[in-house]
Amino acid sequence: MSIEAQNITKKFGQFAALDQVSLKIPTGELVALLGPSGSGKTTLLRIIAGLEFADSGTVLFDGEDTTHRTARDRRVGFVFQHYALFRHMTVFENIAFGLKVRPRGVRPSKEQIQAKVYELLKLIQLKNLANRYPSQLSGGQRQRVALARALAVEPSVLLLDEPFGSLDAKVRLELRRWLRQLHDEVHITSVFVTHDQDEALEVADRIAVMNEGRIEQVGTPDEVYHRPLTPFVYNFLGNVNLFHGRIDEETPAIHDAATGELVYVRPHLLEIHRQSNGASNFRATIKHINSAGPLVKIEALTEWGAPVHVELSQEKFRELQLAKDEAVFIIPKELKVFHKKAV
Amino acid sequence: MSFTFKKRSNLPGFGLALGYTVLYLSLIVLIPLAATFLKASALTWGQFWHIVASPRAVASYRLTFGASLVGAVINLIFGILVAWVLVRYSFPGKRLFDTLVDLPFALPTAVAGIALTTIYAPNGWLGRPLASIGIKSAYSPLGVAIALTFIGLPFVVRSVQPVLEDMDKELEEAAASLGASRWQTFSRVVLPTILPAALAGFAMAFARAVGEYGSVVFISGNMPMRTEITPLLIITKLDQYDYKGATAIAVVMLVFSMILLLPINLLQKWSSRREEKPSDLIPEASET
Amino acid sequence: MATTISIRPANLPATRRVATAATGESAAVRWILIGLAVSFLALFIFLPLAIVFSQAFAKGIGVYWASLHTPDALAAIRLTLLAAGIAVPLNVVFGVAAAWAIGKFEFVGKSVLITLIDLPFSVSPVVSGLIYVLLFGLQGVLGPWLARHDLQIIFAVPGIVLATIFVTFPFVARELIPLIQAQGQEEEEAALALGASGWQTFFRVSLPNIKWGLLYGVILCNARAMGEFGAVSVVSGHIRGRTNTMPLHVEILYNEYQFAAAFAVASLLALLALATLVVKTIVEWRARRQLAESARWNDGNGEPA
Repeated sequence: MSIEAQNITKKFGQFAALDQVSLKIPTGELVALLGPSGSGKTTLLRIIAGLEFADSGTVLFDGEDTTHRTARDRRVGFVFQHYALFRHMTVFENIAFGLKVRPRGVRPSKEQIQAKVYELLKLIQLKNLANRYPSQLSGGQRQRVALARALAVEPSVLLLDEPFGSLDAKVRLELRRWLRQLHDEVHITSVFVTHDQDEALEVADRIAVMNEGRIEQVGTPDEVYHRPLTPFVYNFLGNVNLFHGRIDEETPAIHDAATGELVYVRPHLLEIHRQSNGASNFRATIKHINSAGPLVKIEALTEWGAPVHVELSQEKFRELQLAKDEAVFIIPKELKVFHKKAV
Repeated sequence: MSFTFKKRSNLPGFGLALGYTVLYLSLIVLIPLAATFLKASALTWGQFWHIVASPRAVASYRLTFGASLVGAVINLIFGILVAWVLVRYSFPGKRLFDTLVDLPFALPTAVAGIALTTIYAPNGWLGRPLASIGIKSAYSPLGVAIALTFIGLPFVVRSVQPVLEDMDKELEEAAASLGASRWQTFSRVVLPTILPAALAGFAMAFARAVGEYGSVVFISGNMPMRTEITPLLIITKLDQYDYKGATAIAVVMLVFSMILLLPINLLQKWSSRREEKPSDLIPEASET
Repeated sequence: MATTISIRPANLPATRRVATAATGESAAVRWILIGLAVSFLALFIFLPLAIVFSQAFAKGIGVYWASLHTPDALAAIRLTLLAAGIAVPLNVVFGVAAAWAIGKFEFVGKSVLITLIDLPFSVSPVVSGLIYVLLFGLQGVLGPWLARHDLQIIFAVPGIVLATIFVTFPFVARELIPLIQAQGQEEEEAALALGASGWQTFFRVSLPNIKWGLLYGVILCNARAMGEFGAVSVVSGHIRGRTNTMPLHVEILYNEYQFAAAFAVASLLALLALATLVVKTIVEWRARRQLAESARWNDGNGEPA
């Protein structure tokens, strides 16, 4: 089932949560809505689900207009950030819920429900916990039950609202990979909301980066990371240093000129040398070295007093034998300049 | 291992506070209650039984408990309805209604008694139309039930309201997204969640109704064997200086109150249990 | 992946009408429910209130005013105020002491204590009065001793005050205990560490934190104290001008078919009830806000909402 949102606008009082947002999601794709809080990503998800109604715009499922259908009739599988498991029901009863509330005519038999639930329990690897109550499960287990419950009704679309947000870091990583695997097996059209760029980059087929109610860019993880279209996208996906600079013919040079363009450089794309090599470098003094971790993180102060972060490989660091308060030259390997566009 | 009465604490004043509390409690509550049981113990079992099982007493129990049950059940159903309407909907005058729900709690029982009697008396605002279709309201068990419904009204509403207010909207959204109709969502998801609180309110309304005197004694008509409630029976015996009789019946009522206290406390504890936060530091055992 | 057992039905029910909120009930259902609830409340709450005032003024303002100024009525008002004036402060002191002991400390028998404090709540008013008769009455346990010393408690003002204290016993304590429990220990510990004495800590730190809950308890306690009927009826002896409180006076007037007068006095009590409700609503709102703030504070984040 493909999803298409066209020109969705939603206001809460004066606050515009979504402003003319359009997005196409082809069948079977796993799309991440990525952005900071307040960017409108959860609102968009809920509008797709039918848990909210847009002020204007259209929602199409497989080309069919579902804008005014209720959540009940859209048959989406929705996984809530805080699981929303029914506390008074066991794991089994939670998963079976969607099947049990089907109208008499189309309700599956008890045996069929049981078979389906156990199949899903196997899928989420919680076969032995069918009779437990949600309060007896860990967060990761609850999230998987929530997912199984949504899948039980065989939805054409799976929507997840910050599914791993309230979990421990390690559990989050595990579940992230597990979701990706699940999607590879089941190929159900899925949209998930997250503010964690690592998560989006690792899991999604495509990412829609959102900010202040608008979509800044839609593309594959590769595209949004290496070819960001706006400063916001560049900034949001990974660490960044920001300078003012002047554009030369060939090489942008970084100065402290406040009238220059905005120049963005990723910390790992800055090189440190002991000697100057021409125009495209600047001097800096090393202020702090943090060598614990896969990369060495260095904080330095440029010659004009601005802070700059550099990431070096452990090898390179050992080669250079850097120490605090040393003066070095920094050469940018790759820069990103966003010309101020005329709006 | 030594027995510690109190866990260590830095704060002062424990001895003084607890001492005063226990002293006051004993003077006001425990000693008078003890006197009652002392007086009751002067009766032999035979005498005691003769009094509390007399036809008149039994008739009063039937009326008191029966009408209290009816009132509590009505309040259970309508209390949930009122709580739902007050929490989920807005309409003109809602604030006013919400405040006034507590009126039966704040209004002196005698005032309620004469007001209800005047309304349901044969020539009253509602008594007259009811009489014209053959229903006697005041001076009948029906009147008693009406008064006891009034008196218990706030309990279920106020018990359920906070639970409804705190209920996570997402639970209903989840049910809807899974295909449940509005009624299914209410009966399978909302109702089980508010049930402990509703039952606690029911029990409190019932307990209050059983002991109620002032609101009922005017509307009931007080005919022995027919419309005499148990508290009135006690007073009648007192007026006749039948202290033994009054004490025996009072003991029955006291024992009943104490028995009801336990389920009420349990229900309240059940309904206020918060969801425990999961510990994600629990290493997840390998699941098959 | 193993073969999927598909239970996807061929045809599911057609779409329903658009709901106003995405997952709410239809407007029709809503208004029916509102109508039912409002009718129920109108029947049981508004009607009795309306009749009190309509009957009170049925014979005109003159009669209304005169009923309130008879010597018996004034005596009843005075006695009501006296009983409440003694019962409420005493129960406040008790309530604070109990809340302190129960809210700030852990000790054996705590839940028994809490249950005992709740006891008067569940006892019938008539029984509440009877237990004092059985203790202090002529035939009571202490009866002979009191008679010897020419002290009268039952059928006199002291009995009325005692019965009033009993029935309003738990109100303040019940309000304060959860409040004090929720405050935690930290502020008091900080005060003590800074050198404050126990009493200073209590009056300057603990008390201000519970002031709204305390006010709430006082209001409820007072409303019940002034309105108590059953318990006072048993201990009072119904001696006009001497041992009648306002509710008892209402009963006497009503039984003598002086309906307008009875409702006139009743209307005062009804006004008291309404005032209680209004103040209660205000205080409740403030107390809830304070409780939420202290909970947030104790969570340690202290961030603004």
